[in-house]
Amino acid sequence: MTGAKQIMQAQAVNNHNIANSSTIGFRADSVSFDSEPIYGPGYATRVNAVAGDAGTDFSNGVMQSTGRDLDIAVNGSGFISVLGSDGKEAYTRAGDLRVTTTGAVTTAGGLPVLTESGQLNIPPSTQVTIGGDGTVSVVPLGLAPAASSPIDRIKLVNPPTKDLQKGDDGLLRLKSGGKAKTDENVTVTSGMLESSNVNAAQSLISMIELQRLYEFQIKSINSTDQNEQSAERLMLTSGA
Amino acid sequence: MNLALWAAKTGLDAQNTRMSVIANNLANTSTTGFKAGRAAFQDLMYQNIRQVGAQSTQNTQYSTGLTLGTGVRIVATEKDYTQGSVLQTNGSLDMAINGRGFLQITLPDGTIAYTRDGSFSLDSQGNVVTASGYPLQPAITVPAGSQSVTIGSDGVVTVVPPGNAKATQVGQVQLADFINVEGLQPAGNNLLLESAASGAPQVGTAGTNGLGSIAQGTLETSNVNSVSELVSMIECQRSYEMNSKAISTTDQMLQFLTTNV
Repeated sequence: MTGAKQIMQAQAVNNHNIANSSTIGFRADSVSFDSEPIYGPGYATRVNAVAGDAGTDFSNGVMQSTGRDLDIAVNGSGFISVLGSDGKEAYTRAGDLRVTTTGAVTTAGGLPVLTESGQLNIPPSTQVTIGGDGTVSVVPLGLAPAASSPIDRIKLVNPPTKDLQKGDDGLLRLKSGGKAKTDENVTVTSGMLESSNVNAAQSLISMIELQRLYEFQIKSINSTDQNEQSAERLMLTSGA
Repeated sequence: MNLALWAAKTGLDAQNTRMSVIANNLANTSTTGFKAGRAAFQDLMYQNIRQVGAQSTQNTQYSTGLTLGTGVRIVATEKDYTQGSVLQTNGSLDMAINGRGFLQITLPDGTIAYTRDGSFSLDSQGNVVTASGYPLQPAITVPAGSQSVTIGSDGVVTVVPPGNAKATQVGQVQLADFINVEGLQPAGNNLLLESAASGAPQVGTAGTNGLGSIAQGTLETSNVNSVSELVSMIECQRSYEMNSKAISTTDQMLQFLTTNV
């Protein structure tokens, strides 16, 4: 029974990945199964299956060209720092940015993008350019293109992926809860977005595999039930 | 109920919405001044089933936790305000904006709407109006029988009145710009409305303060890139199929359960 339940949860994770196959910068989740013996007096009576996170797949998605100035994609490994709704620094690969009326640069979900010193704000401007190292330069409103000046630099980080954990909001955070250091080697490309890294073929195969595993589990419940029934019948005949 | 079913269902919903956006873009490939939309996806909240790092015994911790994602949603349908290509029409009241800015239109209820569609014509009183008959703001009236209308790159409109060889200025087209143009609310009829997200309009003369210049006799075409829309459509369709496959698979699993137990 525990096997069937855990497999259904794994299927939920797999379906979540498939549902996010178009989410910009999405990182697929995977599930592993552990065996957990139930200890009683003497030997363990049963061994239950327990599903656990096998972590997040940090391989890269496909680059899609959009041509929009405020779309950025992180090249290779690395993350863009944003301020999570809990007020703490979090990391994402989704670089579809926008500007609010107050000049704050945010993600599509409205989370402020961070720089080394705080939130990224830009003055009213006619042209925004994001450089390879995350430097944001703007042409202020009413000035010639020659007046383009750097404003600030987006905080790009590259902590070891084993230290990262996905939160309830889908953002990545350090397991230790601290802030990652700026990494000078992380670069971005503007006018591009990174697609989800969900592998469609693999997800569909896992889906079938999980389905069959689920059926095995149900089958074994069924067989056990039949065994019990036979045993009961035997008892009945011998008792008569 | 079953999380696996609902996660896949959110995927179907989101792909369906995305398909509407793509279909709308493709339908507007010939709409003057149209700006393509794009659906922005975001993963939904995660359920924490087992906390990573929780104590498994007094001295040991779980090295892995279990968080289940609940699917996807569309957070925004944002418009891409890159410039469309400019089409030569030679219509004297056709104008394209080369650069930033929007033309201002007075709606029947008196509010101001904004547009990149510069195909204007005259109404029976000689007012410059859009194809829907809404007047340009500030209002410009061309006297009856005028010989020619000229719109300068700074928006100055001059006409040669009947029986007069000398051109006279009848008004000036002004442009409005916003801090966050992506925050403008599309209102149909090629019109956009100011919203809390777009900020207040900054009205100015064309060609100054970073505003674009006006080109008479040209129109800005739709900026929809049909190739990328078609590729998105294929991606959207396959993604939809995968989500529907996920639902039917989960359904089969549950069916197996009910028929065999």
